[in-house]
Amino acid sequence: MDRHRSLRLHIPEPRHRPGEPADFSDLRLPKAGAVERPPVHSSAFEMRDLAYALIRVLDEDGRAVGPWDPQLEADALRRGLRAMLLTRAYDDRMYRAQRQGKTSFYMKCTGEEGVAVAQALALEPDDMLFPTYRQQGLLIARDWPIVDMMCQVYSNSGDRLKGRQMPVMYSSRKAGFFSISGNLGTQFSQAVGWAMASAYKGDHRIAAGWIGEGATAEPDFHYALTFASVYHAPVILNVVNNQWAISCYQGIAGGEEATFAARAIGYGMPALRVDGNDFLATYAATRWAAERARSNLGATLIELFTHRVAAHSTADDPSRYRPADESEKWPLGDPIERLKQHLIGLGAWSEERHETMLKEVEEQVRAAGKEAEALGTLDRGPLPPVSTMFEDVYKEMPWYLRRQRDELGG
Amino acid sequence: MNMVQALNSAMDVMLSRDPDVVIFGEDVGYFGGVFRATDGLQRKHGKQRVFDTPIAEGGILGVAVGMGAYGLRPVAEVQFADYIYPAMDQLISEAARLRYRSAGEWWAPLTVRAPCGGGIFGGQTHSQSAEALFTHVCGLKTVIPSNPYDAKGLLVSAIEDDDPVVFFEPKRLYSGPFDGHPEKPAVPWSKHALGEVPAGYYRIPLGKASVVRAGEEVTVLAYGTLVHVAAAAADESGIDIELVDLRSLRPVDIETIVASVQKTGRCVILHEATRTGGFGAELSALVQEHCFFSLEAPIERVTGWDTPYPHAFEWQYFPGPARVARALRKVMAA
Repeated sequence: MDRHRSLRLHIPEPRHRPGEPADFSDLRLPKAGAVERPPVHSSAFEMRDLAYALIRVLDEDGRAVGPWDPQLEADALRRGLRAMLLTRAYDDRMYRAQRQGKTSFYMKCTGEEGVAVAQALALEPDDMLFPTYRQQGLLIARDWPIVDMMCQVYSNSGDRLKGRQMPVMYSSRKAGFFSISGNLGTQFSQAVGWAMASAYKGDHRIAAGWIGEGATAEPDFHYALTFASVYHAPVILNVVNNQWAISCYQGIAGGEEATFAARAIGYGMPALRVDGNDFLATYAATRWAAERARSNLGATLIELFTHRVAAHSTADDPSRYRPADESEKWPLGDPIERLKQHLIGLGAWSEERHETMLKEVEEQVRAAGKEAEALGTLDRGPLPPVSTMFEDVYKEMPWYLRRQRDELGG
Repeated sequence: MNMVQALNSAMDVMLSRDPDVVIFGEDVGYFGGVFRATDGLQRKHGKQRVFDTPIAEGGILGVAVGMGAYGLRPVAEVQFADYIYPAMDQLISEAARLRYRSAGEWWAPLTVRAPCGGGIFGGQTHSQSAEALFTHVCGLKTVIPSNPYDAKGLLVSAIEDDDPVVFFEPKRLYSGPFDGHPEKPAVPWSKHALGEVPAGYYRIPLGKASVVRAGEEVTVLAYGTLVHVAAAAADESGIDIELVDLRSLRPVDIETIVASVQKTGRCVILHEATRTGGFGAELSALVQEHCFFSLEAPIERVTGWDTPYPHAFEWQYFPGPARVARALRKVMAA
């Protein structure tokens, strides 16, 4: 009889839904310091266990333990802390600005600040970044002016992108931050191409790409890993697993059966799986992968295990698909709190100094906000001249665009 | 040179002139391409510059966009235009819009070569003419040559162009001109004036049509294989056509088109691609908008039928000289 039992389609479900208490008790989190640190020339095969492990440096008491401790100077740690605080303060301000109608849209990275900031600081300033829309911390950690970012969000007269892109789709050639696209995953294979070009030219620079765990289901994820593996491209391929792709938990992207880091094994690529809320672990893993890439040893995939604390975007209401207390119950905590605790434990920080820094970044954001708003907001203007809408479609404007510009007038 | 040799020569010239030119695609490297278009280039210029890729059109184009952002000038091959669809996201969403969305911070100076068109019993997936899918995309340029001389000059221009160019090569024309008479013996390019191709560097500007045959009675707008079909149809019907080989579909050479239709007062538009939503619809609209008071007859379109490209019914599908001649007579009778 069993041979004739009906087939049954499996639809993955998250561990909890609205109205239920958030429960992460089934997450088996290894202790800080427990994961070995292989040499960068290890083969993917030799280090395949790391794809299922979780590299953690900061223990429950905020102490740095184990072989992955990057042993950073206190100054570097404070710089990271400040960039994370500034990112969060910036997010809060721009989120409010959207709610006030000053712009159409915004996306926060709350809870994921550690990923972008630690990774930016672990790379060289001229390494090339191919981000998604949730790595604003990369720009901030590279000291890119937040006024410029705000102008982009407002599509105002100071927007270098001339009001052409939705908010948060930043672009900064000077900061080595590639133009963000709304199409998910596309930048992942482009990062590999950039890295191949750097290798072709005998350059020293490497590339890093980011993708969310949801977008790993896109074909460009597969293209990127295949091409990076085939050509030993000097690239770091980062999967930010924040558990959620809008309303779909990571199991819908394939995370129920295997880690996202484990995807790399089939491509013969080393993978590191990292506590993405652990600044030190994230920094150390990125340094490891960067050293590997810079030594012509090829690409590394890093899964950054974290949690999307905020809504997907200002157009999203997470209370409709997940428990309200989920981020409070998230067992890996908050990246800012954890680094702060670590610094205090080192005797290199204090609650007072933290309060002072918090006020300072809030003041910086407030001042930048005023400066940006003086250049215009989407609702009130001034906006860039409308005739610029026809520019940059091509290097030279073709006859029909000149005619269309004239037809519009202005 | 035949068209394959002319294309090969264009790539050879550009590899020699510009160290940022790299060429890649499926079977492009060691083997020299399934149509021999890259034959010998890897041996001459090295593996780093001419190389084989995994079978992944989306990956080939994704990587090309990244290389372009770095500053290289990639020339990517898609083995058949019929297989360009997995790369559409990278072409439409990325390559075409990169300059615009970054306000000129980055651009995609890439050339995508893809053999196109039918008349070779290629069936559904080795015969398509996908150009209208690309002419609809702002930010892309679309080019289709009809002879070896133009093929080389246009490909050199495409590679040097700082905008992304989709370069369709009518594979039916690779070894010789084809006028739509499959029963006639094949004529090689060596017996045709346009098979005389200079060995060195020269270019033909993008966006410029070529009046390949001056005439008074009807303007025929064509590109690719149908340029040769149009000439045969004119000979067979005795109608004095002015034959415009568009060469670049986008940007299209409006001045040449308008000047010709204003002179003849009649217009027949040809393409192998399916009719509905084809590039002929855009051409027809442009002629109607710009030449309404010169027109003495409705604009005619002779195209592939609105069906997938069939295998057994190749010559009933392909818009051959008889169908073109019928349209020429029809506009003359109107």
